[in-house]
Amino acid sequence: MTALAALIRRDIKIALRVGGGALIGVLFFLTVTVLMPFAIGPDMALLTRLGPAILWLGALLASLLTLDRLFTADHEDGSLDLIVMGRTPLELACAAKALAHWLAAGVPLIVATPVLGLLLNLDGTATSAVALTLLVGTPALTFTGMIGASLAVTLHRGGLLLAVLVLPLSIPVLIFGVAASQAAISGPLSFGTPFSILCALSLVSLVVGPFAAAASLRHGLD
Amino acid sequence: MTLIDLANPTKFLSLTARVLPWLAGATAILLLVGFYQAAMAPDDYQQGATVKIMFVHVPNAWLAMFVWGVMSLAALGTLVWRHPLADVAAKAAAPIGAAFTFLALVTGSLWGRPMWGTYWEWDARLTSVLILFLMYLGLMALWRAVDDPSRAARAAAVLTLVGAINLPIIKFSVDWWNTLHQPAAVLRMGGPSLDKAFLIPLLVMAVGFSLLFVTLHLAAMRNEILRRRVRSLQMMQASQQAA
Repeated sequence: MTALAALIRRDIKIALRVGGGALIGVLFFLTVTVLMPFAIGPDMALLTRLGPAILWLGALLASLLTLDRLFTADHEDGSLDLIVMGRTPLELACAAKALAHWLAAGVPLIVATPVLGLLLNLDGTATSAVALTLLVGTPALTFTGMIGASLAVTLHRGGLLLAVLVLPLSIPVLIFGVAASQAAISGPLSFGTPFSILCALSLVSLVVGPFAAAASLRHGLD
Repeated sequence: MTLIDLANPTKFLSLTARVLPWLAGATAILLLVGFYQAAMAPDDYQQGATVKIMFVHVPNAWLAMFVWGVMSLAALGTLVWRHPLADVAAKAAAPIGAAFTFLALVTGSLWGRPMWGTYWEWDARLTSVLILFLMYLGLMALWRAVDDPSRAARAAAVLTLVGAINLPIIKFSVDWWNTLHQPAAVLRMGGPSLDKAFLIPLLVMAVGFSLLFVTLHLAAMRNEILRRRVRSLQMMQASQQAA
């Protein structure tokens, strides 16, 4: 237990310090959101309608961008090999790493959502609905993305391959995240149904992600 | 003859060389009979002649999922049993599965235009099959991104098993959500709701397309084995020249 806590603390520290790059995700999120009105046009009514979708897309891309960091740095300096060979079960270690990554790179996205909601002319209900769905949905993005990150690190390929592998897996999260936010804002469907499915997706990815990532690390590293 | 006997690629090659012509012949006969029966099948009282798209669309859609199932078994073979031919099977199946998925999407789209009034609708069944197609392409990209086949095999196996979660979602999407796509008509509780005049040609076509997959898959596996042999021979030659 203490080993896992130490791993989480260490990962968060590394992510937040110089060279960590966790906060670049937030900056990217901000930039993508600011880009959208340039493409769509500064029509406030339209932005209100598209707002939740824009925020969800931005968060999805931002979390994808930071995923590369999850294993690469540890692989380069050899600490990943220590984790793989260590006595802590690799599945738990992967889960701890993903949790630390979510705390360092995912939570700032949720914190930034209200500010970005202002830019997109979202009112209080809409912003809190998007923030709430992001809070529930981004763990799913991190934990499914971890599978892609582990594959990419064992293959010494990052970047585009990671995106191509991870994005199809994150489509369900996007669908139900946006559906729940839209339902809270304008109806007519109830908020509960898509929100529960979003919770379920997160819980499933919490189980599947660590096992798949551990399997690919175990089989792939040499 | 068990699965482990096939672990020797040479045995596999000689066996498939004997089996393949028969398989190809059976496939051709079944598909010809199936297409003839499909052409002779009566028009639907609502859909007219467009119902005949079903005879191509449904087998392709079944196979799109079936091939991923085959790849998942092969992935288990790679990760659990370390069967030497499992990764060859998985690699050879991916492009074929992608082709079936693509055909299912295209025929469905062509069928949707006259029946639903649209080529594409973002309903659960269509979206989940599109995700399946994207995952096939991602898997093929993964195979091509790494030059060491055994390393690529293990990575692809993990991704295949994760992607298998999509299969029940596709199967039950028409029951879980209120979709434009119709619910299951053949594999359902209480027997098929399809009339015999349509069911029999459909089943013939399904068996024909499945045999087509087996034929293509075995042929592609042979090609892959031979390709790897050629590659290792080239490597040997190159290292001899260097030395």
